[in-house]
Amino acid sequence: MANMSLKKVPMPEQEPNVRNHNFEEVAGGYTEEMAIEEAGRCLNCKHKPCVSGCPVNVRIPEFIQKVSEGDFAAAYEIITSTNSLPAVCGRVCPQETQCESKCVRGIKGEPVAIGRLERFVADWYAKNREVKAQKAEPNGHKVAVVGSGPAGLTCAGDLVRMGYDVTVFEAFHTAGGVLMYGIPEFRLPKAVVQKEIDQLRKMGVKIETNMVIGKVLSIDELMEDGGFEAVFVGSGAGLPNFMNIEGEELLGVYSANEFLTRINLMKAYKEGYDTPILNVRSVAVVGGGNVAMDAARCAKRLGAEKVTIVYRRSEKEMPARLEEIHHAKEEGIEFRLLTNPVKILGDEKGFVTGMECVEMELGEPDASGRRRPVEKKGSNFVLDVDCAVIAIGNSPNPLIRTTTKGLEANRKGCLVVDEDSLQTSREGIYAGGDTVTGAATVILAMGAGKQAAKSIDAYIQGKNQ
Amino acid sequence: MYKIVEKRRLNPSVTWMTIEAPLIARKAKAGQFIILRVDETGERIPLTVAGYDPDKGTVTIIFQKVGKTTMHLDELEVGDSILDFVGPLGRPTELEGYQKVAVVGGGVGCAIAYPQAKALHKMGVKVDVIAGFRNKDILILEEEMGEVADHLYVMTDDGSNGNKGFVTVKLQELIDAGENYDLVIAIGPLPMMRAVCNLTKEAGIKTIISMNPIMIDGTGMCGGCRIKVGGETKFACVDGPDFDGHQVDFEDAMRRLAIYKPQEKQAVEDHICKLGGIVNNG
Repeated sequence: MANMSLKKVPMPEQEPNVRNHNFEEVAGGYTEEMAIEEAGRCLNCKHKPCVSGCPVNVRIPEFIQKVSEGDFAAAYEIITSTNSLPAVCGRVCPQETQCESKCVRGIKGEPVAIGRLERFVADWYAKNREVKAQKAEPNGHKVAVVGSGPAGLTCAGDLVRMGYDVTVFEAFHTAGGVLMYGIPEFRLPKAVVQKEIDQLRKMGVKIETNMVIGKVLSIDELMEDGGFEAVFVGSGAGLPNFMNIEGEELLGVYSANEFLTRINLMKAYKEGYDTPILNVRSVAVVGGGNVAMDAARCAKRLGAEKVTIVYRRSEKEMPARLEEIHHAKEEGIEFRLLTNPVKILGDEKGFVTGMECVEMELGEPDASGRRRPVEKKGSNFVLDVDCAVIAIGNSPNPLIRTTTKGLEANRKGCLVVDEDSLQTSREGIYAGGDTVTGAATVILAMGAGKQAAKSIDAYIQGKNQ
Repeated sequence: MYKIVEKRRLNPSVTWMTIEAPLIARKAKAGQFIILRVDETGERIPLTVAGYDPDKGTVTIIFQKVGKTTMHLDELEVGDSILDFVGPLGRPTELEGYQKVAVVGGGVGCAIAYPQAKALHKMGVKVDVIAGFRNKDILILEEEMGEVADHLYVMTDDGSNGNKGFVTVKLQELIDAGENYDLVIAIGPLPMMRAVCNLTKEAGIKTIISMNPIMIDGTGMCGGCRIKVGGETKFACVDGPDFDGHQVDFEDAMRRLAIYKPQEKQAVEDHICKLGGIVNNG
């Protein structure tokens, strides 16, 4: 008999006023008892609507069945048969718009906590089992993956399972891409990411850091001299957008990329690390996405007395996950909605002293379907801040596009690919994730990595027949 | 890990170091830079490439001890390794199409001016090098620059080598004497590059400068290295590091370079404290 509670088993969490002073993980994770209880809410539907909501098709009811039986190791095997990074997905996937949005239990009450269960299984396995390094029979074909973020790691994981000799090239000194430099420790502990990466290494994936493809080696060189028969480009959307308003050069104006990288990758907040970051008192974060929430919550943890999200539309239009907005509010982040910066102010030494904003109102819907914000004339006011973080999105990095002949890109600089195969305009070169879609989510990038791995396999097998 | 294969002190605060990095050595060109991280807790710092040998597979950097990272780097010896070393980053200097070039280096900037002069010399271009230092005790690369320059002029601020004056004094003198340079390359501290640019703007000579702002990744991702050029925002890591000196907003660049001054000072003091030593500022 299923557990008919309308609510999910609550997630243990650090108190908001405690956690906004530390970088430890906000959500503690289910205990075995909690997991079994929550798994009991799954009705094990025959038509499995949840699976259709998952970009990597995790066999959800099957793994939850195993959890309810207390066979967590079996649950892990089921998840990892289609998902290389379960501990990551269980933490950062927007389940509310994917698997959980399709859950039958969600019609009346809350859906099954699929994300929390996935996280529980991955964490349980990492803690209780020596991860097996199952190596597939080598098939003698080499594939290169450019970028070690979620798209690249997933593609590499799937290919190595098929027996390919896979090398991942990463520009930074640490593999993981946005999982390492972007998403903060308190939402996705770096040790969790590292464990997933170590697992891929054990399976035979080679990872070469400090390799900026397009500079030290071109994609053509990888294919001609390196013996790679195919290349997957998952280099992300790494070029930060600015607003092009007066004062953006002032000291204390950071792109979200820089702010988050200093904190997450370079550990500027930790004693003993050399990378500096300004001591901030009052911070305005411009933007309404998950990155903006991450930056705001980091600023609070750095010790800022006041942190304000400045967003030009209303809360309803915010692209951030509901949970992130909720967490930010709990931690004391203020929201200035329908507000747009027009100018950043500074002192004679160039340090930020304030941000002039204008109030907005919503007009007619624009191309994105969201109501277009329009300035309210004469409503200008100044926010008292000494730091501004610009989190209004990223564009794809042009490095690969400009150094690879015949690689087609669209007006925005995103690589153009065939929708089904993810092949670019060049034979043997595939691409996926933010470098194709522009800034999106971890799981969509993973889905693309998976799709590309399948196409690359078909391509190489077809060529060698 | 990237092994240090050669090291020598050029003066008490400037060190020459050659590092094993075969892939970078194969691709590097004059004007490009590398980013290094000494150890796990270290920061990433950009350094312009001072030399490269594709046959030996080595890259040379020349750096001045100005902060904790460069001090730490200077403590490493031949046989030790640097944890991370990535490049070549940025665009190479465009050296094609000139007949007579004045290469102007200020202090440790000569380390970067030298490979430019060498590359031009190899291309058969006439090169005059003007090198400026505070005093004669901290001269670097005099012999090397002399080998690739048609004329080498070494200036000292205090006149201790017999040639008193800033590099601009000599450059003005040469231009006034009728030297018809079609390009000036100026590399050194921002105030020195600004002074050169003011002069060459007046004289109507195209001037390339090499910027060295604060950056993290060096691939366009962080945007920390943004500078104003001709009223537009540019990223030094991908659009530069070379820029048209007559277009660069020096005030802005100087302010941005000083952003972490208090933290840097503290880090140096802590570092010296740990060593129990006395700092030598050269």
